[in-house]
Amino acid sequence: MVSPKHDREWSGFICSWSHLFAFLSIHIFSRIFLQHRISNELILFLQFSILDAFNDLYTSYVIFCILLMSVVIVVINIFIVEFHAVVPSIPCSRLALISKIIHPQQVIHSVAHAVMGMLVAWCAAIMTKGKFLLLSVPCTNTESAPDADLHVCLNEYHLFLLLLGAFMGYSYSLRYLVNNMNYLPFPIIQQYKYLRFRRSLPLLAKHSCVESLYMVRNFCAAYYFFGYIPRTWIITTMNLQTDSKLPLLDTVAGLLDLSLLYHSWLCGLFLLMTWYLAWMLFRIFATEAHHFPVQATFVEEADQCLPKILNSNPPSLLKFLALQDLMFLSQYSSVRRQEVFSLSQPGGHPHNWASISRDCLSLLNDLTQKLIIHQEAAAANGRLKQPPVGDPRQPPTSPGAAAQENLFQSPRSNLIPRAHMPSLVKSSLLPLKTSPVSDLGSNVGSPFSPFPHKSGLIDLSSPWHGSIQSPHIMRRGPKLWTSSSDIPWTSSPYETRPMIPVAKSANEVVPPSHFYIWLQNKKEQLKSFLAKRVLIMYFFSKHPEASIQALFCDTQMHIWALEGLSHLVAASFTEDRYGVVQTTLPAILNTLLTLQEVVDKHFKLPHVSSKPPRTSGNLADTSYKTLRFALRASLKTAIYRITTTFGEHLNAVQVSPEHKKRLQQFLEFKE
Amino acid sequence: MNDKRMCSLALFPPPPAPGDITLYEYNNALVSELGYENLPLTFQGQLENLPALTIPKETLKTHSRLEHSTKPAFIHHRESLWKRCINAWRDIGVAGVLEELANAEEESDLDEETNEQSWVDSAKELVLRWMKTGSRCTLTLCCWVSSLHGSFFPHLSLQKEDMIAKFSQAVDWASCPIRAFAWHPHTSKFAVALLDDSIRVYNANSATVPILKHRLQRNVASMAWKPLCASILAVACHSCVLVWHLDPTSLSTRPSSGCAQVLSHPGHSPITSLAWAPSGGLLLSASPVDTAMLVWDVSTENCIQLQWFGGGGVTYLAWSSEGSKVLAATPSAVFRVWEVQMWTCEKWPTIKGPCRTGCWSPDGSRLLFTVEGESVIYTLSFLEYSGEQKGKVGGSKTASIVADLSETTFETLFGEERIGGEVHSMVWDPSGERLAVIIKGSCDSPKNQTIIAVFRTRNSPVFELLPCGFLRGEDGAQPQLVVFHPCFKKGALLTVCWSTGKISHIPFFFVTAQFPSFTSEQSPLVPLGNRSSAREQPLFSEL
Repeated sequence: MVSPKHDREWSGFICSWSHLFAFLSIHIFSRIFLQHRISNELILFLQFSILDAFNDLYTSYVIFCILLMSVVIVVINIFIVEFHAVVPSIPCSRLALISKIIHPQQVIHSVAHAVMGMLVAWCAAIMTKGKFLLLSVPCTNTESAPDADLHVCLNEYHLFLLLLGAFMGYSYSLRYLVNNMNYLPFPIIQQYKYLRFRRSLPLLAKHSCVESLYMVRNFCAAYYFFGYIPRTWIITTMNLQTDSKLPLLDTVAGLLDLSLLYHSWLCGLFLLMTWYLAWMLFRIFATEAHHFPVQATFVEEADQCLPKILNSNPPSLLKFLALQDLMFLSQYSSVRRQEVFSLSQPGGHPHNWASISRDCLSLLNDLTQKLIIHQEAAAANGRLKQPPVGDPRQPPTSPGAAAQENLFQSPRSNLIPRAHMPSLVKSSLLPLKTSPVSDLGSNVGSPFSPFPHKSGLIDLSSPWHGSIQSPHIMRRGPKLWTSSSDIPWTSSPYETRPMIPVAKSANEVVPPSHFYIWLQNKKEQLKSFLAKRVLIMYFFSKHPEASIQALFCDTQMHIWALEGLSHLVAASFTEDRYGVVQTTLPAILNTLLTLQEVVDKHFKLPHVSSKPPRTSGNLADTSYKTLRFALRASLKTAIYRITTTFGEHLNAVQVSPEHKKRLQQFLEFKE
Repeated sequence: MNDKRMCSLALFPPPPAPGDITLYEYNNALVSELGYENLPLTFQGQLENLPALTIPKETLKTHSRLEHSTKPAFIHHRESLWKRCINAWRDIGVAGVLEELANAEEESDLDEETNEQSWVDSAKELVLRWMKTGSRCTLTLCCWVSSLHGSFFPHLSLQKEDMIAKFSQAVDWASCPIRAFAWHPHTSKFAVALLDDSIRVYNANSATVPILKHRLQRNVASMAWKPLCASILAVACHSCVLVWHLDPTSLSTRPSSGCAQVLSHPGHSPITSLAWAPSGGLLLSASPVDTAMLVWDVSTENCIQLQWFGGGGVTYLAWSSEGSKVLAATPSAVFRVWEVQMWTCEKWPTIKGPCRTGCWSPDGSRLLFTVEGESVIYTLSFLEYSGEQKGKVGGSKTASIVADLSETTFETLFGEERIGGEVHSMVWDPSGERLAVIIKGSCDSPKNQTIIAVFRTRNSPVFELLPCGFLRGEDGAQPQLVVFHPCFKKGALLTVCWSTGKISHIPFFFVTAQFPSFTSEQSPLVPLGNRSSAREQPLFSEL
């Protein structure tokens, strides 16, 4: 397999890189900040610090510290590599978030980070020297001299620093989860790694400084209230004493020690900087564009070429990289485009193009279906929210009506549309799944053969008819809702009418017994009872924005498929010598136009904002929150790219009359 | 003009007589007629009833409110110093607080009568005095540092309006009724930005003229329509980029400001130039104050800074029409050419001054540019772009002069006329056959007027630049902006905005070399181009 090798290669790379940086940063950092005061004279300080650094390098403590730090960085890197995701997981309700936090995997993550935070803090304490060096110090009591040797006191500063490290590690881990920092965002433009690193360095430094400040504040508050617990524990287990001369640190006076706060802040800064650095380097290395060959020159490489990877089910990062590469090759490289359009040597089949276009189209069709399912669920929800007073025929007084309506909300009834789905999905995907050779063979003679208007007569072997009867259009028959109406489902009470026959028909299929109705009734009552309890609603209520984000969380893939496909089609106008693209053009157009229709409809749903939210300069990338807007824009651009390139020639392509109308609007720039 | 092979103004046919208006080009000659506004009937059908219009300055309402705060509307109220400081902090930031402290007056004048100043008051006064001196010192230090910075980059000391006027492509941005003009890349639709900060969108196929107004839409320096899109217009404003999403089927004449997306970034204002990627999607914005140009993903409002210190800012952007390179001019004597696959750049120092304007050939293999302080046109050729040389711009080693536009005297029947000078803006038509250049006359000689010169060009097999003629408008009208129609089928269509507020469309009828079905190239002029090496001047240094 290709993928594990790739991953390992990367992690190796990254580890070595971040090691280098960590090593350098540790030492410079420790020398410059942790030991010396800022009040030192600058030049003197620089000279001495360099000399000092070399002298200190030989002390065993420091070498041990550096080794320990390297181990910490390696472990951090392992966690980063293991937890990375190209598709963020977005919790839709607060309960989901809590369950994510107490998930064993996340608990391991948090505990490991807390331990490593403690280790980093210990290293920082060692390098700071001074009063932070050791956990136990001889007491400075004013008692007699022989007594002082016997008594060993607890150095609370050291303990404070260690606990701070653990606290920071834990809160880092929590933030990592809540802010989806394991998500790998792909940049909108390609740049060399060094430039990307340089660009994000100031933001990283600023962010670490501020975050360290906040964490120290939070920790001080926590220590003020609960600091006595670990202290007593340590004192009792290690049989230490408290130094009565020094103030306790869980008092206001003890916490207002500026040197302590400053060192805590530096320690936090050190921790966050090294960890964020490793994290950022991984992001930069992992999202770098990778070059996949279109055709394998040797048999061994056959697994690594682009159509194969798109076709198989590799790790998602690899699939994302392949799609990104497809987008780049379609846009920038005419040589590689030629390979895509080429025919296979014996036989003359356009395997490359057929495979690439088929995979892209199936990706896009999947998205279309996902959106349709979501829209239907949303429409049902929206309808229920609407008080159905506007419908004079069906006053919903009987409990049976409520039960009927409930059919569409309860998860069980969701099975009904799903049960219908597979047959439709199959019918739409079936021709695409059949071997491309036979498809193309059957249509080589007339790529634009006349289109049979009765859907029952569709020749399933032709590649484009499948997507004409896309699930969206097919569903119209039973669903009875018109796609031409631009009114969203909930906006008018008359929209409720078409749904009622459906509900009835669902009832006809399973005639409800009295027990069932009673059960539903009870369920409804329970629900309304629970809904009144604020706390439960607080945890269970779904955030609409979050669920929409979750719906579009992997849309980066579809955006690249769209761009790659449209660029290839546009380039084929001049570069495709054998006309291999022409045969799939109707299928592509149908898929794009259907998706366009569905996406348009999605943005007209209630609760869907039409503008991206303002993003602040945050370190954690939140680009997954705005992917749907990017999809909408690039879908339109993709269709325009095809229509402007082909112009009037598109009139010769066989598409359904409705799509023809849509195409005409695109040709006139009226969409 | 020691080099005979270089195109110079002396080879041009004499300018049209005063009072004549240039109407069109036919058979390789510019036709102008006296006081005749419309095209002959035979040509009128060719223009798809493009709206030719006049927007006089008098009809435009100038700004009623110059200041945007509500402060002047209220009676001056004396607040305590701390309150004022807090307000200044909220409004302006640290600089405001320092200013407020430095200007703080003694507040104890009310208490002076009592004559019994406690030690608290005297301590207060002492602290106040210290803070005053401290903030004054800080302010002077800041002023000194910024003036030092300004002495490196003189444009930074300009007012923002002056800065826009200096770097705008419009000849007289500050007082002409038309400030910016943009053709839609695919349809016969254009947007005009006016002196009163409104934008009007004219469409050849519809009578509705949407007027765009927005609170943040001030000092429009440039506009650009999104390619591969029906109706998205990006507007470079004083403090931000506004992206208007207009509904092409809507009949409304006043789209609400909710249709506009606001793209702003701290330290990135005023914005003087915009460029859309020809493949859609990305938008570049540039400000003379910011050393970074911003790449916007407009749909998600994310931006990436392309930082490149040196030059002190970016004044003008030109994206080549096949989409592989971007010209970025700076206010100092250097300009850069970026390639857009890996976003690396090549730096080109010029000798005399900053790059004023530039334009790309249709295939992106040749860049024409002009430099402030010199009345010549330079050319730079680039490797044919194939996408295989990743991260390389591939420019030639030296720029060569292709045209000399220094002042020339023409003896006409109506007296002698002097034409020539620096180039203010330059546009190349999408087929690569005509080049229109606004030559700015020198200020000292009143006879030398701003005029448009048109060249005939050919890009392959060798680059050729042939004179075509001068364009003249109504009496007293100075050219303000020139733009070519992006998809005119019968040749090229030049839209000229005049200082009188008139917008006229001048068609050049010719058969493009791409479709050489019938060649009517009976050139009355001897073809003169820079065949091989027209005075090569070492103009730049490779990185």
